[in-house]
Amino acid sequence: MPRDTLTGSRIRERRIAQEMKQADLARAAGISASYLNLIEHNKRRIGGKLLLDLAEALGVEPTHLSEGAGAALIAGLREAASDLPESGAELDRTDEFAGRFPGWAAVLVATRARVTQLERSVEVLSDRMTHDPNLAASLHEMLSTVTAIRSAASILAEPGEIDPDWQARFHRNIYEDSARLAETARGLVTYLEADNAQATETGTPQEEMDSALEKAAHHVPELETELQAGEAVSAALARLGRGLSSSARALLRGWLERYAQDAAALPMAVLREALGRAGPDPLALSGLTGAEPVRVMRRLAAMPPEVLPDPVGLAICDGSGVLSYRKPLPDFPMPRFGAACPLWPLYKALNRPHVYLAGDLVQLGRSGTAIRAEAQALPVGPLVANAEPLYEAHMLVRPAPGHGADKAPQEVGLTCRVCPRDACPGRREPSILSSR
Amino acid sequence: MTGQVLLIEDEPNIIEAIKFILSREGWQVFSHSNGDTAVQTVRERAPDVVILDAMLPGRSGYDILRELRESTETAALPILMLTARGQTKDREMAERAGASRFMTKPFSNAEVLDAVRALKGA
Repeated sequence: MPRDTLTGSRIRERRIAQEMKQADLARAAGISASYLNLIEHNKRRIGGKLLLDLAEALGVEPTHLSEGAGAALIAGLREAASDLPESGAELDRTDEFAGRFPGWAAVLVATRARVTQLERSVEVLSDRMTHDPNLAASLHEMLSTVTAIRSAASILAEPGEIDPDWQARFHRNIYEDSARLAETARGLVTYLEADNAQATETGTPQEEMDSALEKAAHHVPELETELQAGEAVSAALARLGRGLSSSARALLRGWLERYAQDAAALPMAVLREALGRAGPDPLALSGLTGAEPVRVMRRLAAMPPEVLPDPVGLAICDGSGVLSYRKPLPDFPMPRFGAACPLWPLYKALNRPHVYLAGDLVQLGRSGTAIRAEAQALPVGPLVANAEPLYEAHMLVRPAPGHGADKAPQEVGLTCRVCPRDACPGRREPSILSSR
Repeated sequence: MTGQVLLIEDEPNIIEAIKFILSREGWQVFSHSNGDTAVQTVRERAPDVVILDAMLPGRSGYDILRELRESTETAALPILMLTARGQTKDREMAERAGASRFMTKPFSNAEVLDAVRALKGA
């Protein structure tokens, strides 16, 4: 059915949705109910003043009645139908469906797009499991080592005497294999947690943005200039957002706009000068520049090596603990998927809003390098009377200065999944490195 | 029931453990660790049963298996395929390549012993 003959159907849908009687609408438009009935069943074409009168009576834009569903929506429905040819979808009535139920049609198209995206993610992950040579080799080595340990242990556990030479040999084999297993497991975990570009192919908008920022080393020269912020953001978005999905670009735009505000409030030249006096200490830099500490943290994370030779790391999370920004350090990785260690000061800051937390940490299973972590949670969005504010927490990490440390660094993990500490009140799930 | 077993595997401690358990039962066990020369070794040794790892340096176990099955003298040779994967498609791949049996690591000593006995008796 051609699209321009569906105006009547849309009028009928709108009227019924508003629980208006046909006679009432006809009266409001100055026509008879029987004539409106013919219009509603697409047996009379309408336009001009009558269309305007009906639209006014229904309280909608005339184009909503006359133009119907967009071509993209109809194309999306046709694609959804082609995915399931056996479903018997009435392709000849696609236009009518989209015109009469545009909301449901949009839901169907969006659901189909989501399914397609998820299928692609599954495909990429399955493909990685099957074809990633590093992963396959590591898994093979791990399982081979486990097999060797199991075989030797089972021989030693059998009842009866074993020749002392064989016994010693199997003991030695188990010892060597267990050391190798630990090394392989550690390597595998590092590989899986590594910031490799392939992981971005799984396609969540956050991952896409993380990857784009990582490629840019978290620094955006366009936003460090005197250009109008809007133009500079658009220029940076065009460069960094190339190839990203629309959702990822929306996230990136938000991040760039904040960057531009930060750069305007605390220009690089000012920060460089302050760094020369105070070093990368957010609180001290805040005192020198007048910028609030969390803004200083974001600016430090965005500094190029010529301004800050030793890079800092930064994690930002919302009130639910989900990381919305991650810039890890080699000695302080941050999880790409799932939640981080609940012992991080980032999360403690959410429990103590406004309080500036600082202390040294060491991430278990890493090199043992002490890391200075500073965190603060502040409200986001405008204050609303009698409403609880929402909080966002920042945590800056940098190599611990090494002097004045009067207590041992606090031990934290990366994620429960790869944390070797069994007895931890924060544990959410068993660790693959557990000794139990 | 005993005989000769050729174990084609590159993990020395697995070789040692399997040699131990099979030798104890009276089997004569030889081992070979290189995928490139594995087919030649099978022809020279003419074992009763071959235990073949899927992932070897030089050449994949599946390739070796396919070549052995293409030759009339080894087409019916009992071959137990060892792999670190256990997915259905890996099992199917081993079956298509001509494996007599398929075993996923980590396996137990008893499983290997039972499989070798069964293959020799088949």
